[in-house]
Amino acid sequence: MADPVIQVEDVEKRFVVRVKRGRLRRERREVAAVDRIAFEIERGTIVGYLGPNGAGKSTTVKMLTGILVPSGGRIRVAGLDPSRRRVELAAKIGVVFGQRSQLWWDLPLRDSFELLRHIYRVPPARHRENLDRFADVLALGPFIDTPVRQLSLGQRMRGELTAALLHDPEIVFLDEPTIGLDVVAKAAVREFLSEVNRERAVTVLLTTHDLADIERLCSRLLVIDHGRLIWDGGLEELRRQHGPERTLVVDLEESAPPLELDGARVVKVDGPRQWLRFRRDETSASELIAAVGAQARLLDVAIEETEIEEIVRRIYAAGGR
Amino acid sequence: MAELGRIYLRLIGARARSQLEYRASLVLQIFASALLTLLDFVMILVLFENVPELDGWTVQQVALLYGIAGISFALTDLIVGHLDLFPQMIRDGTFDQILVRPLPSLLQVVASDFSLRRIGKILQAVAVLIVALAAADIEWTLGRAAMVPLAVVSGTLIYTGVWIALATIAFWIVDAIEFVNAFTYGGNFLSAYPITIFGRWLRNLVLFVIPIAFVAYLPALYILDKPDELGLPEALQYASPFVAVLTVLVARLVWENAVRHYRSAGG
Repeated sequence: MADPVIQVEDVEKRFVVRVKRGRLRRERREVAAVDRIAFEIERGTIVGYLGPNGAGKSTTVKMLTGILVPSGGRIRVAGLDPSRRRVELAAKIGVVFGQRSQLWWDLPLRDSFELLRHIYRVPPARHRENLDRFADVLALGPFIDTPVRQLSLGQRMRGELTAALLHDPEIVFLDEPTIGLDVVAKAAVREFLSEVNRERAVTVLLTTHDLADIERLCSRLLVIDHGRLIWDGGLEELRRQHGPERTLVVDLEESAPPLELDGARVVKVDGPRQWLRFRRDETSASELIAAVGAQARLLDVAIEETEIEEIVRRIYAAGGR
Repeated sequence: MAELGRIYLRLIGARARSQLEYRASLVLQIFASALLTLLDFVMILVLFENVPELDGWTVQQVALLYGIAGISFALTDLIVGHLDLFPQMIRDGTFDQILVRPLPSLLQVVASDFSLRRIGKILQAVAVLIVALAAADIEWTLGRAAMVPLAVVSGTLIYTGVWIALATIAFWIVDAIEFVNAFTYGGNFLSAYPITIFGRWLRNLVLFVIPIAFVAYLPALYILDKPDELGLPEALQYASPFVAVLTVLVARLVWENAVRHYRSAGG
């Protein structure tokens, strides 16, 4: 990789848990929350980090940000070992934990940003420049002087993102940044992230349950389950391997019985609209459209990919094996 | 160091400013907390209604102990009283947030609040100390006069160190706050009495383990020029500032160790 900004080699994190055995006896048992994972992330990319609850996502992020010390393996983030040089690294990264706030509850956003400027020692001119830019893109204007406790979740999240980026971090770690947001706020967050990524080459590592986040933003996906990395690659590749089926939705001029076609089967009919499922490796969409056109008058077509939720569910079920 | 001091002032300044927005309510709270803590002192007065002296200490002299210990404790409460909420900071992940900022974690935890209503306790203890100093029949020398503020500053540092060290228990046992309070609030209660009235193990505890005998009792012996009935070395009467620095350094070590434990065991 040309310029890896995150390097993870054979990293593991084991916890000791006490399991109840009988009324009083407790057994100490070691569990691997993260079990020898390895990956690199190129500077300036947006990577999605997926996995079911308890799979090891937040443990990984905590190790990358220096909160937790790994039990084994080697990590480099922005050239630093996070666990040994946590404070130094903190100045080079931004972190948003979706459900907790890094802002001061009683203060207006503007004052929180001002405190952060001092904490991160950002020169005043640079701070103003960044704040103006972010306030513009995220439309913070109407509520920048409102105490944080009075903000809606969506407004607060826009504040959190600004707070995480004001000190020009090389990397931002976002844990569920769109959780609980309405559609408009989600779109604003995604728009903003792709813009700072494009403009400033900020590397973004995003953990999320919202697969639309991933479709819009991420060029690459890491999927973790039971502490192990079970997928590392692009979304398209993932689809090709684990979701080979696509659906062609055709709007015919008038209602018709289910079409009979080679390489595709009708899975649903609703008046003049029919859903045709086909395998991408056997049939191309254009062949299929031509075949439909030969049988009936075609008004409109659309192609639906297998829902990514479904694909991810399938990889989890297969356990990556 | 100076820079960390400045950022500390800025952080608590922000906390204080937001409380000043509700000025009337704040004044009322300060007044209420002053009145409430005054009850502790009333209890001492009631005690002396029944006995003329407590192990050779007059009511004025015990008031001096109470004043020094009370101001120290109230200042400590102002600076680190919110450590009561520290277990919650661990539980809800606020502490993780602290660990990803480029400042020492202890500084951020200490600066996370600054509750102005606690000023009431300080005012109350200052009032008691002034009365005690006037009434206690002290032969003033420069050294004795200097010892009064020195004892208050040392006492504050000692209490602060003890609170911080005890708060780290939360890294192991999240719900240990009642246990911790027994030592912090209990420690304040003990400091207001001459330690000679305690049994030996408790005396040794406050002298050598949780050094709150250095908050008021030992400096007061010097200020009042009282004979030490325990026959401790006289040097201990001047030792409070050193004990204070030592306590804070030990507390910092304990804190750093506890954070290291947290980061390897994992939240």
